[in-house]
Amino acid sequence: MSGLVLDGIAKSFGTVVALHELSLTIPQGKFVCLLGPSGCGKTTLLRLVAGLDLPSAGRIRLDGADITDLPAHRRDFGMVFQSLALFPHLSVGENIAYPLRIRGASKADQAAEVTRLLDLVRLPGIADRPVSRLSGGQRQRVAIARALALKPKLFLLDEPLSALDAKLREAMQIELKLLQERLGITTIVVTHDQREAMTMADLVVVMSAGRIQQAAPPVEVYCHPVNAFVADFIGTTNLLQGQVVAPGRLGLPAGEISVPGLPAGGATAISVRPENLRLHAEGGGENRVAACVTFIRDLGATVEMRLDAAGQELILVMPPADLPELRPGAGVFVELPAAACVVLSP
Amino acid sequence: MIRTAPRRLVDYAPIAWPALMLVLFFVLPFGLMLAVSFFRRVPGGFYQPDFVLANYARFLTAFFGNVLGFSLGLALLVAVIAVALAFPFTYLLSRMRRRQQVPWLVFLLAVLSLSEVIIGFSWSTLLSRTAGVTNLLVLIGLMDQPVSLSPGFGAVLTGMTYQAFPYAVLVLYPSLSRLDPTLTEAARTLGASPLRSFFTVVVPALRNAILATVIMVFVFALGSYLLPQLLGRPQQWTLSVLITDQAIYQSNMPFAAAMAVFLVLVSLALVVLSTLLGQKEGRT
Repeated sequence: MSGLVLDGIAKSFGTVVALHELSLTIPQGKFVCLLGPSGCGKTTLLRLVAGLDLPSAGRIRLDGADITDLPAHRRDFGMVFQSLALFPHLSVGENIAYPLRIRGASKADQAAEVTRLLDLVRLPGIADRPVSRLSGGQRQRVAIARALALKPKLFLLDEPLSALDAKLREAMQIELKLLQERLGITTIVVTHDQREAMTMADLVVVMSAGRIQQAAPPVEVYCHPVNAFVADFIGTTNLLQGQVVAPGRLGLPAGEISVPGLPAGGATAISVRPENLRLHAEGGGENRVAACVTFIRDLGATVEMRLDAAGQELILVMPPADLPELRPGAGVFVELPAAACVVLSP
Repeated sequence: MIRTAPRRLVDYAPIAWPALMLVLFFVLPFGLMLAVSFFRRVPGGFYQPDFVLANYARFLTAFFGNVLGFSLGLALLVAVIAVALAFPFTYLLSRMRRRQQVPWLVFLLAVLSLSEVIIGFSWSTLLSRTAGVTNLLVLIGLMDQPVSLSPGFGAVLTGMTYQAFPYAVLVLYPSLSRLDPTLTEAARTLGASPLRSFFTVVVPALRNAILATVIMVFVFALGSYLLPQLLGRPQQWTLSVLITDQAIYQSNMPFAAAMAVFLVLVSLALVVLSTLLGQKEGRT
């Protein structure tokens, strides 16, 4: 099949296990984000794909061919490093032409390719500039252009935007996504920024402690997190512990609610996104629990409200226009819509 | 940190101590030597204060020109060979784990602490006919009979390179260990084999450090006078040997001083020249 297949990959450094055995299939042309906190093994996984480290176990296949033992310089993958790793002794053009020079391309071909790539990353006419005279965003684009010079089968980026300020980072995320769509190149980006992953990815791979927690499209990861780690790591959520009291009924300290897909019995955690909670003045409706407002902050675009529901903290987000006249300490009723409650596996 | 230019005399106080040391141990002796180089030699005696250029006029002989040329050429050759050997060695050393690096660095420091006399006699034994390495070659059948490799140019070159090698490694070590390891990884993902990434990225990225090390080792080798005597024939004697010979054995202090001044000026000029070249290179 076409695409990248990681089959039972594991990696240990001495006695330290960086990656537990994992398998993952990345279809041709998809944009994948490896997302997780630092030390979760996402960079290790990317380095295994690039061939900079060898896996302790498992095979890596690309379009059906086993590339596990192929050295990095024969894989023809483009990689952008966190440090960018631009060669300080070469100009912008020479940096971009480096992979072509290594392969013995003619000077004319090199020059034409440099011009094409600089146009691609929207930095025309800076080929003669030394790398040290570039701004952060320009260095970023030059590193991307250099990695794309080989027309690689796989485009790998290790926290490529972490050195940029917030505004520029947002702009580059969109630009990178559009570039990837235009080129149709299979891309893997390592990031710890969940917004970045949500912006760019077709497939988000959430990792923690050397394991894949969930691999799914961004909206699915957001709306249907499989466990507490994913629910908590992606965005803000209400993680509620409760006891299953009857089939489909979950007992919370503040009251009983109905939740679809509950296990047969025992303690269970659910996740409800803050924007799915509804505020009511009266109780009595389905899935409503009594709560007490503890804190309100108006962020302009949204209003965030924190509530106490019999010892459990709830976070609720709503548009400012919907905010009723309330003060901290007021008693209200919060609806946890059954459709928005996601049962988490332990 | 305050970054204003010093205005009053007191602002210069912190550099008083180093300045004093520099004057006491460098400017004064050098000035003394400079003065002596213009003194007149008293045949059979020592020298008397005067201002004659006769000591410098002797430089114009072919003999002196040959010795000077040989000294500079030998020092340059030693510097180039030592750095050419030390650079890949230091690169591999700096890629090792910290814990494995320490014994190597201690070993290199130990070699550096060896006296020139010990190095000289060790090499003359190793290169001798009776106990030298050629006996090993005879033993494994590569040679018919052992030969003496010392004294000779090869022996001088070997001894001096051996002495300069740890020095070159220690000068190169800081810049190589600071080199971003992702540079070579990037080169590898861009299609360069490890050997090619070494020559197309590591060497050119550190060309200024390499040049600086060549100059340092060159100046270090230029001062060598024991090894050429121990391992070389009179043809391989350097300017330093000649200076010692004149100063100690011929009692011709003014001529020795003139040669020493000349040697200092030549090495100074070369260092300045190389620095200018390095700066020009760094700017483009």
